[in-house]
Amino acid sequence: MTAPGNSATEIWPLWEVFVRSSRGLSHVHVGSLHAPDETLAVRNARDLYTRRGEGVSVWVVPADAITTSDPDAKGAFFESPSGKNYRHASYYSKSEGVKHL
Amino acid sequence: MSATDQTFSAGEADAHGHASVDVTTLDAELIERADVATSDVAEYATWLGDDSLVLGQRLGELVSRAPELEEDVALGNIALDLIGHARSLLHYAGSATGQSEDDLAYWRGEPEFRSLHLMEQPNGDFAHIIARQFVTAHYLFELYSRLRASADETLAAIASKAVKEVDYHRDHSVQWVLRLSLGTDESRRRMLAALSDVWPYVDELFRDEPIIDRLEGVAVRPSTLRAAFDAAIAPVLVEAELEVPQGFTASGGGRRGVHSEHLAFLLAELQVLTRAHPGATW
Repeated sequence: MTAPGNSATEIWPLWEVFVRSSRGLSHVHVGSLHAPDETLAVRNARDLYTRRGEGVSVWVVPADAITTSDPDAKGAFFESPSGKNYRHASYYSKSEGVKHL
Repeated sequence: MSATDQTFSAGEADAHGHASVDVTTLDAELIERADVATSDVAEYATWLGDDSLVLGQRLGELVSRAPELEEDVALGNIALDLIGHARSLLHYAGSATGQSEDDLAYWRGEPEFRSLHLMEQPNGDFAHIIARQFVTAHYLFELYSRLRASADETLAAIASKAVKEVDYHRDHSVQWVLRLSLGTDESRRRMLAALSDVWPYVDELFRDEPIIDRLEGVAVRPSTLRAAFDAAIAPVLVEAELEVPQGFTASGGGRRGVHSEHLAFLLAELQVLTRAHPGATW
């Protein structure tokens, strides 16, 4: 029933792709793709996202392995910091005579 | 990928992204060399250039028709790599007679093409495409690996660049041979059928022609590639639980301009636009 190839409408699993554009930078999410397994996911990522010399390293992650914040809970999650300028270091004025700040 | 993409992005694109095809350039190292091939070297470069051109055109037919979007891009990339190799090789071949790579690609007839029969075989199903890629990529990898040491510096330079790309083509085909042969009953049945359909054309890849005797140290003697080819595919076939098919050997003759019934149709599609509108650019 769920064996590969048994269903005409079967869709390969979705993978999220992260590419590091050069040494010293972090991997950045560039998009997603379908692939039957992790080995081919890396190769598909190479073909789809690095064909113009964009990267030196590629990560692929099964899309369903990523836990995300709830888009409907944006308020509870992200609005709290607004109006709390004191959470930024720049909020505080520097005391006179303090060096190396 | 860099070779072909740089080639095709080198054209000046206008604000709407239209690239003019006639301003695409060959790699600087080739232009700067400006070497002129002798007629024997030109003939050999034509062999290899035609192999890449015909196989690249076959794979190009799959654009928008591959079984998955991702595979569509992968096969299209491989086709572009091969067309890139063909351009370099035919550019060099044409230097012997003052012809451009376009002259050779678009204005020669079928008997003047020197490609191997395997390259012109129709695509068939995905397993057939993979079986043909499996053979050609391993063959080209062994060939270009050796050609890097050619006494002809231009051929050596082209081979050094191409070998990295066909190494990836090799890997791509191996991944799919394993998955098809070890996948479902249906995929294995198709892989077995494809391998046995492709195999009669393998022998021609390793046949020597008289011209090879005159190109000692310049060309790679085809028969000497067979052992390396067999050794390279053996572990894959073992892992994939496949065996080298036994059966008949196709007559071949591509190096002498004798082709199967398929090449003329492929060339008709490749050449029709240029012949209908000579000198047109877009």
